[in-house]
Amino acid sequence: MAENLIKPENLVYEKSKSMTERELHYCPGCGHGTAHRMLAEAIDDLDIQGETIGIAPVGCSVLAYYYFDVDMLEAAHGRAPAVATGIKRVLPEKYVFTYQGDGDLAAIGTAETIHACNRGENILIVFINNGIYGMTGGQMAPTTLENMKSTTSPRGRDIKTMGNPLKISELVAELPGTYYATRHSVHTPANARKTKRAFKKALEYQKENKGTCLVEVVSNCPSNWKMTPAESNKWMEENMFPFYPLGDIKTPK
Amino acid sequence: MKELRLMKGNEALAEAAIRAGVDAYFGYPITPQSEIIEYLMAEDTEKRTGMVVLQAESEVAAINMIYGAAGCGKKALTSSSGPGISLKQEGLSYIAGAELPCVVVNIVRGGPGLGTIQPSQSDYLQSVKGGGHGDYKLIVLAPATVQETVDYVKLAFELAFKYRNPVMILSDGIIGQMMEKVELFEQMPRSTKEYEWATTGKKPGKDHVIVTSLQLKPEEQEEVNLRLQAKYREVEKNEVMYEAYNIDDAEYLFVSFGSCARITQKAMEMAREKGYKVGQIRPQTLYPYPAEIINKLADQVKGVFTVEMNAGQMVEDVRLAVNGKVPVEHYGRFGGMIPSPDEILNAFEQKFIGG
Repeated sequence: MAENLIKPENLVYEKSKSMTERELHYCPGCGHGTAHRMLAEAIDDLDIQGETIGIAPVGCSVLAYYYFDVDMLEAAHGRAPAVATGIKRVLPEKYVFTYQGDGDLAAIGTAETIHACNRGENILIVFINNGIYGMTGGQMAPTTLENMKSTTSPRGRDIKTMGNPLKISELVAELPGTYYATRHSVHTPANARKTKRAFKKALEYQKENKGTCLVEVVSNCPSNWKMTPAESNKWMEENMFPFYPLGDIKTPK
Repeated sequence: MKELRLMKGNEALAEAAIRAGVDAYFGYPITPQSEIIEYLMAEDTEKRTGMVVLQAESEVAAINMIYGAAGCGKKALTSSSGPGISLKQEGLSYIAGAELPCVVVNIVRGGPGLGTIQPSQSDYLQSVKGGGHGDYKLIVLAPATVQETVDYVKLAFELAFKYRNPVMILSDGIIGQMMEKVELFEQMPRSTKEYEWATTGKKPGKDHVIVTSLQLKPEEQEEVNLRLQAKYREVEKNEVMYEAYNIDDAEYLFVSFGSCARITQKAMEMAREKGYKVGQIRPQTLYPYPAEIINKLADQVKGVFTVEMNAGQMVEDVRLAVNGKVPVEHYGRFGGMIPSPDEILNAFEQKFIGG
């Protein structure tokens, strides 16, 4: 009986062509896997797998190059937008994306992020914001919320001594080179689909050389937030979204 | 047909880069080498050869743009001076670790710190011993003339692609700023070659290409290191370059590189006139180092005298080469000061002949 069902015309779900067979190393419940999948689906839909070059950051997604079945480079911490610039300038007809976390993009790589956007480099910057340094074990990130606990803000982030959480997407949206800046999440099917649409839009703009596109994905970190995946999603909705509201930040005029 | 021009070192280097078919230059202004990017911009390379020239927001960004372009199999060049080269060390380590080809020019100025904009050779150890983190080597070429600067641009890219390794042209503010007669090679076409290790888009039926310097398993990272070390042994076997002067009957050996070697050569000639049988070795590659010839000559001479525009850096490699056979002495001026032939000769007499 089951054998009869497994036919191409009955297929409702399959692995994205632009993802490899490799098992993801991400923690259970982490949003990275879904974000990867949405980007891979966008690449598949546009049929640009062979023309896409991706850049992995330093952070939890440092091994993203194992999962995306496109040519990939691993950049030094924070330098992905500069690496992307180097690639895009010598191969302007290719699609180039960076995939970066908040520590990588908004702390050590702030200069590279701002200047790539300001030059209007025709690249897609995927920005995963979970308000914490995941890979190194839950230290305070530039995006860590006020009073949010981390291993380097064990009594909560004290704005007076530790500075403010940085809304870098709003910041780069101010730059003339930034064409499209938008903020999404991948914690529900509907949200994940919106994220995918944003990736597709950004890659289509890249084909038209419109300028830098930044898609922020507000995400969770169950391991370092010390919550179950379901709790972390709830916490994200209640705490992250009010400060990092979902939706378009800058859209083409 | 010979094309002779009178050119400033930095401008000649930039012209050589265009003619060598370089695909991309990324750099940040710093004295005494800003003429390189200025010349490239003035030449409108995009029109001349299609070469990309971009002024980066920082030295760090520039070297990472190089990483990206080099990862795509393109000929990528950057240039700077001491303080800027220090900032590039992280990127250089990644480029060496990921085994990508590129050329980095250091027009050295006096340090440490912000130092001075006057010429120096005080970045020798940083260039030949590592500079960034991890066990890696740059191939280091040391021109002594504007002509060699031009020729080494071509050579540097040949070596970079032969070994998939970053190559440094270690020059200084003298050679960068002075004008000399120079013979330019003809325009080479930009390469259209595709490399299987380059990220240019996944090919149908092939695995995707990954450029990385990360191996989480120590066994695998050791394998990477062993491969790098094997490569460096090959470089040491094949690529040593030096010039020898008056070594056949030499009783003393001068060792000096780059611009300083030209001053030392004058001192050698003056020493000969005074009856001292002095020969000289001028290493043209600082890594790989011409240790073998120096070791051989140590059997023949009474002493070896290194002259450098630093506080004594290359002298460490000379001592390793001489291996205790004869005394090795150093004379240096630094912080942007340039020694005169007279003071070199004087220092030689004091150290080896006796007051």
